Amino acid sequence: MKILVAISQTPETTARIAFKNEGTIFDTNGVNFIMNPYDEWYALVRALELKEQKGGSVTVIHCGPPANEVIIRKALAIGADDAVRINMEPLSAHSIAIQIAAYAKDQSFDVIFAGKETIDYNESLVGGMVAELLDLPFISHVSKLVYNDAVASVTRDIEGGEEEIEVTGPYVVSAAKGLAEQRIPNMRGIMSAKTKPLQVITPVPEESTADYIHFQVPAAKTSVKMVDPNNMDELVRLLHEEAKVI
Amino acid sequence: MVLVVAETLEGKIKNSSFETVYYGSKVAEILGTSCHALILGPCSDGGRLGSFGAKEVWQVEDQALSSFDSQVYTKVITQIAKEQGAKVVIVADSSNGKSILGRLSIALNAGPVRGANKLPELKDGKLNFQRPVFSGKAIATCRVNSEIAVISLMGNSLKPQSTGAEVAVKAINVEIPASKTKVIKVERSVGIVPLPEAQIVVSAGRGMKDPSNWGIVEDLAAVLGATTACSRPVADSGWRPHHEHVGQTGIAIRPNLYIAIGISGAIQHLAGVNSSKVIVVINKDPEAPFFKAADYGVCGDLFEIVPKFTEAVKKFKSTHH
Ligand SMILES: Cc1cc2nc3c(=O)[nH]c(=O)nc-3n(C[C@H](O)[C@H](O)[C@H](O)COP(=O)(O)OP(=O)(O)OC[C@H]3O[C@@H](n4cnc5c(N)ncnc54)[C@H](O)[C@@H]3O)c2cc1C
Ligand SMILES: Nc1ncnc2c1ncn2[C@@H]1O[C@H](COP(=O)(O)O)[C@@H](O)[C@H]1O
Repeated sequence: MKILVAISQTPETTARIAFKNEGTIFDTNGVNFIMNPYDEWYALVRALELKEQKGGSVTVIHCGPPANEVIIRKALAIGADDAVRINMEPLSAHSIAIQIAAYAKDQSFDVIFAGKETIDYNESLVGGMVAELLDLPFISHVSKLVYNDAVASVTRDIEGGEEEIEVTGPYVVSAAKGLAEQRIPNMRGIMSAKTKPLQVITPVPEESTADYIHFQVPAAKTSVKMVDPNNMDELVRLLHEEAKVI
Repeated sequence: MVLVVAETLEGKIKNSSFETVYYGSKVAEILGTSCHALILGPCSDGGRLGSFGAKEVWQVEDQALSSFDSQVYTKVITQIAKEQGAKVVIVADSSNGKSILGRLSIALNAGPVRGANKLPELKDGKLNFQRPVFSGKAIATCRVNSEIAVISLMGNSLKPQSTGAEVAVKAINVEIPASKTKVIKVERSVGIVPLPEAQIVVSAGRGMKDPSNWGIVEDLAAVLGATTACSRPVADSGWRPHHEHVGQTGIAIRPNLYIAIGISGAIQHLAGVNSSKVIVVINKDPEAPFFKAADYGVCGDLFEIVPKFTEAVKKFKSTHH
């Protein structure tokens, strides 16, 4: 099996979220970056498990500047065979999807993995865009993926439950929690990652259809109103009369 | 023209679709045009969408569309949007909506906005939408630069109002491509409002000590008509099903009322719930970070407080409804 995994870089989950230049640019000052958890914990690991079962290779692809190679090396350390970096500033889901599709077009991947969303912009767009550009099936929010011969049985999260779908390759999936268990790279992995192939590619031209023009951080809650634990009638009254939610 | 893709469940319009259509009608007002609703697959009560602002309701009734396939749905919607000259296409920010949003944006060469939570502003001929980013820790303004916009609407963003009468549903025929996927099985908890659509959520964390203690949480949820949720370690240790896990790596929700019981309020948990309109925190630790994000707090032992809270709600409901 030939598998492609799209990996993105996001601020750490505990990063302070602030903006500069009058709220137009994310302030990266003091922010640590990590591989997007959906890509690292679920998409990449399930891809590696499939390779271990069926043979083949796992390639990771990332659209970003040279500084982002840290997450690419991490993906290689976890077990990917080789990597591709499209040398660019990733400005929109559209700009990213165009590059991934352009790269994947002639490579006959059996499965393309993305994460269900990045934890920064939370767009949930790239996977579907790549699928549309390549005219492939796309199954989103996948929490289980197993193979019976050539047919994959894929379980996707839906509101209040799940749906099981059969699909024959090639196709694109976006990974959600449950698809795999996080793997920590070991020393051997980290050493071998240094020599695994990393191809750098120039982006194809693209015109984004939407962009971000402003960011703001919502005002913090003023202060919590504490209610006497022995007076739950008062809490109910507040929720009814003041907050008007019950 | 604004085209709203309405969702159905078991052959009936989903409640959330009234909000999507109502939102579409408001966007249409901003653009000085009309809003049309589209139903894919069998549905018996589509006319109701007229009351929430759809000028016309169209339906592609084909049985082939009764199960969802993002590729097929995208082709069908794209055909109709192109034929009808849609300028804005709106879907719900649901699992299906999110599966087609990116596809539609490519197929229609349209600017995508995932999870708009407010009506847009029209500035210099371009639509500007607001959406939460960084798991609700910030709000972004997203400008659509293309001729067409495709939007997914975050649930519970505005209150749908019935504005008129039902309309007749018009059947339309389009070519439906063959699906490359096959839905084998759908499992859905019945009788429970799914988390993303719930108005009230009662959520509990590790402070519950043991899964066998969840009865008090379920009782409270039952009297409030709420859906239950949990923190990540609770789902990870198998105390609760993983579809109840809310937060940055779980489901992001924005109910009217979020009640957090025995949850410390770690930043990754808050990320998925801090857009809730009102937050109540019950925790025995006065220093629990969650109190800083709460509107109402009760400090004490949850095993005493929660049953009392349930009784107080019961008493209130018996006199107010
Ligand atoms: C990358 C990453 C992603 C994450 N994503 C998520 C996510 O999506 N969602 C999520 O929830 N977490 C997430 N986490 C985990 C998060 O950091 C916290 O560890 C988790 O939210 C803690 O769960 P908890 O509040 O239930 O448990 P604890 O932190 O153990 O808190 C238990 C609370 O219960 C209170 N308590 C105990 N006994 C009682 C009692 N008798 N009465 C009243 N109160 C009591 C305690 O005072 C305490 O505040 C993530 C972590 C990482 C690193
Ligand atoms: N810069 C990037 N390079 C490669 N893949 C990306 C990039 N950004 C996002 N992706 C992929 O697309 C998924 C969804 O991202 P998004 O649509 O931006 O929420 C991520 O989980 C990644 O798999």
